[in-house]
Amino acid sequence: MTTPKTIVEKIWDKNVVYEEEGKPAILYIDLHLVHEVTSPQAFEGLRLKGRTVRQPKRTFATMDHNVPTVHTNVIKDEISKLQMDTLRKNCEEFGVPLAGMGHEHQGIVHVIGPELGLTQPGKTIVCGDSHTSTHGAFGALAFGIGTSEVEHVLATQTVWQQKPKTLNVQIDGTLGTGVTAKDLVLALIAKYGVNFGTGYVLEYTGEAVRNLSMEGRMTICNMSIEAGARAGLVGPDETTVNFIKGRLHAPKGEAFEQAKEMWLSLRSDEGATYDKTVTLNASEVEPQVTWGTNPAQCISVNAQIPNPESVTTENDKNEIKHALTYMGLEPDVKITDVPIQHVFIGSCTNSRVEDLEQAASVIHGRKVNKNVTAIVVPGSQTVKRQAEEKGLDKLFIDAGFEWREPGCSMCLAMNGDAVPPHERCASTSNRNFEGRQGADARTHLVSPEMAAAAAIAGHFVDVRSF
Amino acid sequence: MEPLKMHRGLVYPLNRSNVDTDQIIPKQFLKRISRQGFGQYLFYNWRFDEKDRPREDFSLNDPKYKGTSILVGGENFGCGSSREHAPWALEDYGFRIIIAPSFADIFYNNCTKNGILPVVLTEDEVQKLMDNAEKGDYHLTVDLENKVVTDNHGFKATFDLAEYSRQMLLNGWDEISVTLTYEDKITAFEKEHIVY
Repeated sequence: MTTPKTIVEKIWDKNVVYEEEGKPAILYIDLHLVHEVTSPQAFEGLRLKGRTVRQPKRTFATMDHNVPTVHTNVIKDEISKLQMDTLRKNCEEFGVPLAGMGHEHQGIVHVIGPELGLTQPGKTIVCGDSHTSTHGAFGALAFGIGTSEVEHVLATQTVWQQKPKTLNVQIDGTLGTGVTAKDLVLALIAKYGVNFGTGYVLEYTGEAVRNLSMEGRMTICNMSIEAGARAGLVGPDETTVNFIKGRLHAPKGEAFEQAKEMWLSLRSDEGATYDKTVTLNASEVEPQVTWGTNPAQCISVNAQIPNPESVTTENDKNEIKHALTYMGLEPDVKITDVPIQHVFIGSCTNSRVEDLEQAASVIHGRKVNKNVTAIVVPGSQTVKRQAEEKGLDKLFIDAGFEWREPGCSMCLAMNGDAVPPHERCASTSNRNFEGRQGADARTHLVSPEMAAAAAIAGHFVDVRSF
Repeated sequence: MEPLKMHRGLVYPLNRSNVDTDQIIPKQFLKRISRQGFGQYLFYNWRFDEKDRPREDFSLNDPKYKGTSILVGGENFGCGSSREHAPWALEDYGFRIIIAPSFADIFYNNCTKNGILPVVLTEDEVQKLMDNAEKGDYHLTVDLENKVVTDNHGFKATFDLAEYSRQMLLNGWDEISVTLTYEDKITAFEKEHIVY
């Protein structure tokens, strides 16, 4: 009998080109996603050395980080425009397919990969972006790389990799009404910290994960990096296969049946061993709100903001004090008593049709609070079209939300969509770091439902009783 | 990249854990299309106020750390975004060595590709260096051949680094050139490899 293997080991074995004792392996990359911010220096590197892109057909580019979400036909920021023009020229010169501004498939790189059927089980996927872990939802080994590695993959279609350790994140139980995949992953990081995954690939297993939609799985895999893990994945099943079927780049006919058989065989074998296991009971998870400046600084919606005096070590005390000062919060206050001025619904974590539907479902004809500016930024042109077909745009606009063009937008606030200094935002994105949404901006990470409810109430509310 | 065998320099202590790459290089500077010139934007929101004036309460602005090339930081250093602009900014500012109890994976990797040596020491060792550096005028010698960090007052700590990364840094190799020596293996692999 063969030794039981995890999905990570199976993908690894399938994609190692070469390895020798005491060295990292040369790992073959099946899909390389490219965007405008982390690629210009890589293409320039190729040019300087007279190198070419080895596999343009396994490379796909889009524009997302830096694109405006209003008045998209004229890009006013000259430096942003230059970066986008540079990507367009690079893609033309090196023969890389591009869904740029104005293209019907343009959108956030981690939204369009799955949507176009490029993301498939068993693939090794890289991108110069840490949220590449999102694609792991399909049972792909997907991780973020720096620009030097982007150049390396363009030139060689490989990366040097140390075989990763595996961490089983077992989530059993059933999610309660009003509790989402976002709350699950925030609760997980709150429980185990922002670096429990460093050096590992997380595999999400258990009943609660199996019951998630592909969108929900993408949300949890997306935030693996917020736990320190470069990659997180979910073994492929019928949910995965059904999502892929019929998509633009998915295999068709007989090839699809062959692919399906291979995909389903990738799931971790019964009895496979992991280097580490952590557990979470989904039934106990409540809607979450971050209060601090890293994603582990997170509490349930009915809890109070922590008091630095409640922890023992000087370091922990200082960390809480520092975060409270930056966030302009007092200890022991109920998080539901904290007023907000901005709401951002979007990002590679929560900008898919299902996320937007969930956000819209809490509106019930009510209006955005007069003190709140709320924007909805669909993840891609396709998401935008589909949402409009369902009439979601109208629900949002009638309630007082702005309905924008696709892009990363206020998740990293690079394109001018920013939260002003000292103002507070309920955001469906993935990082509440200092300055992330704008200099001195205060970010609270929440689910799409919680964000929409906060927009209407003007402060955080428990979406279950809203 | 420039080879790095032995480095001696002034130590700057940044006594915070989870320093993320958004802090190291804020997003407004990611629009540039070259690799050079990011040092002036390093830790921008900590170094400068909203009117671009230096903030006196941020220690890197203290004249006693002028000319520093070794940064000692807290745990999970470099977490968050994969932006390689973070090591570019550190390197351009003058840092060649980052010492911390732990690093985020992508940042660690990015450092080794840019001639910056990330050194993992124990929490106690890092704390000792932090305390010494806070007084100012504190220098360390980092020897990559022997994987050892020393000062002139008897401090000595060894560190670990994957042999592959050590050789890359010691020799300043271009990684793509190294990989292209395996060209025949990649081509052979591609012939057999199925991607749907």
